[in-house]
Amino acid sequence: MIHVIAFYLFATIVVCSGALTILSRNPVHSVLWLILAFFNAAGLMILLGAEFIAMLLVIVYVGAVAVLFLFVVMMLDIDFAELRAGFVSYLPFGLLVALVLLAEIVLGIGLWSVGPIELAQRAGPVNPELSNIQAIGALLYTRYIFLFEAAGIVLLVAMIGAIVLTHRARGGVRPQNIARQNQRRPQDAVRNVNQPVGQGVEL
Amino acid sequence: MTAFFQNLGLPFEGAWLLSTVIGILLIALPVMLAVAMIIYADRKIWAAMALRRGPNVVGPFGLLQSFADGLKVFLQETIIPSAANKTLFLIAPIITFTVALMAWAVVPFQVGVVLADINVGLLYILAISSLGVYGVVLSGWASNSKYPFYSAIRASAQMISYEVSIGFILICVVLWAGSFNLTAIVESQKGYYGFLNGNGFNPLLFPMAIMFLISAMAETARAPFDLTEAESELVAGYQTEYSSMAFALFWLGEYANVILMCALNAVLFWGGYLPPFDWAPLYLVPGIIWLFAKILFFFFVFSWVKATVPRYRYDQLMRLGWKIFLPTSLLFVFLVSGFLMLTRYGGAQ
Repeated sequence: MIHVIAFYLFATIVVCSGALTILSRNPVHSVLWLILAFFNAAGLMILLGAEFIAMLLVIVYVGAVAVLFLFVVMMLDIDFAELRAGFVSYLPFGLLVALVLLAEIVLGIGLWSVGPIELAQRAGPVNPELSNIQAIGALLYTRYIFLFEAAGIVLLVAMIGAIVLTHRARGGVRPQNIARQNQRRPQDAVRNVNQPVGQGVEL
Repeated sequence: MTAFFQNLGLPFEGAWLLSTVIGILLIALPVMLAVAMIIYADRKIWAAMALRRGPNVVGPFGLLQSFADGLKVFLQETIIPSAANKTLFLIAPIITFTVALMAWAVVPFQVGVVLADINVGLLYILAISSLGVYGVVLSGWASNSKYPFYSAIRASAQMISYEVSIGFILICVVLWAGSFNLTAIVESQKGYYGFLNGNGFNPLLFPMAIMFLISAMAETARAPFDLTEAESELVAGYQTEYSSMAFALFWLGEYANVILMCALNAVLFWGGYLPPFDWAPLYLVPGIIWLFAKILFFFFVFSWVKATVPRYRYDQLMRLGWKIFLPTSLLFVFLVSGFLMLTRYGGAQ
């Protein structure tokens, strides 16, 4: 009973906030609705018993990705009227993308439930003794170790690429040498001068 | 507790709901009281270190000062700037405050005395604390004013930076304990060298304990990392436009977060509800008293640092987070996992 109520609560909020992400006029509000959708999707995953994935969803998407997203959107100076202007011209393309995604979801679910390839490929029943994390770890570091490490290398390459693309050597920068700053003592920097009245100091 | 209400004749759902609500109140109300008293303690400690008296007028020794302040802000008018985004402006302090209380759900006060004894307790805390940044960012943006906005940008960069190293520090503890469950983590700290309780006595984890303490200060934006509300640069940071209860919610949320971080310090590194020594008579004292003693000790350290250490510059803060804490904590993840691989999990096979 509680499960059913919770499912419909989370599901309704996910769908509504997803719709509001697209419909709201202010981009900051859009990001906030998106965050609400992420959060409630995590709730749905907890209902499925996938608490590890749910927590990762919140930590990674809500805690890091959406913050950076919000960060960028907050600082944009957006003319809302201009943003709305291209709506009609983008509409066919948007509909096409939506159609492709819909077709893929339908095909995916269809193959999963009725297709010929599924029975052999479907994972065996989960051992109820094992916690989520142990089950995922055992699979990730044995059967899928190559894919896992390849994903890591792809991310590393992407990170290096981003640094190379945005880094530019700037002239006239005076970098700080922290060790030298810490070694500096008062006697290196301050000097008492007994100067006669009415004369400037020669340094 | 669910079983107790079921015995009274309630159906399971009703009993579960009732016992959960009572559990939440049993945690949230004492935390609120603790926040009020800890604000008083903070002011007293700070005053003593500056050779002042601190609050001493309201009630005996000024003990009721926080309640008087609470009553005062409660009676004040909430001013909303005309250019502010009204909804978000009001939601932001509520987020800060709620999130600060939510994380307490998984903190164990005694074996089995915990609201939600979930498998992924530590991840839950990471997830909830990563939500805390939204209160600050939204308040800065919704105020539509430049100092709060600067402060919000500073706060989000600072919190994200230190969350990374906190994540690695937690991984070290989790590797050692072999579980994400906070009760299991506390139980795993029993009996170092036969008589000490606490991961902090482990030479591999002691540096992590120190780094966690410092990162916790940065994460909660306490002095010396309180650049989000550096009064000489940003007036009062993201709280500048806030008044009355909205301001008080920020204030309470901030201190609730500080207490939570102190509790995490105690739970992860210094044995949580276990007594410091593994000696039978000490177990007669209830675990909650040990936990509170440890929380109070760490809070004293927090106030001590606040009273004595000058504020960091922002570039120094970022340097500490990214160039020192991140590589060091990553190194310790390697060290801890390597050590465990060699000793506990049967060496290189």
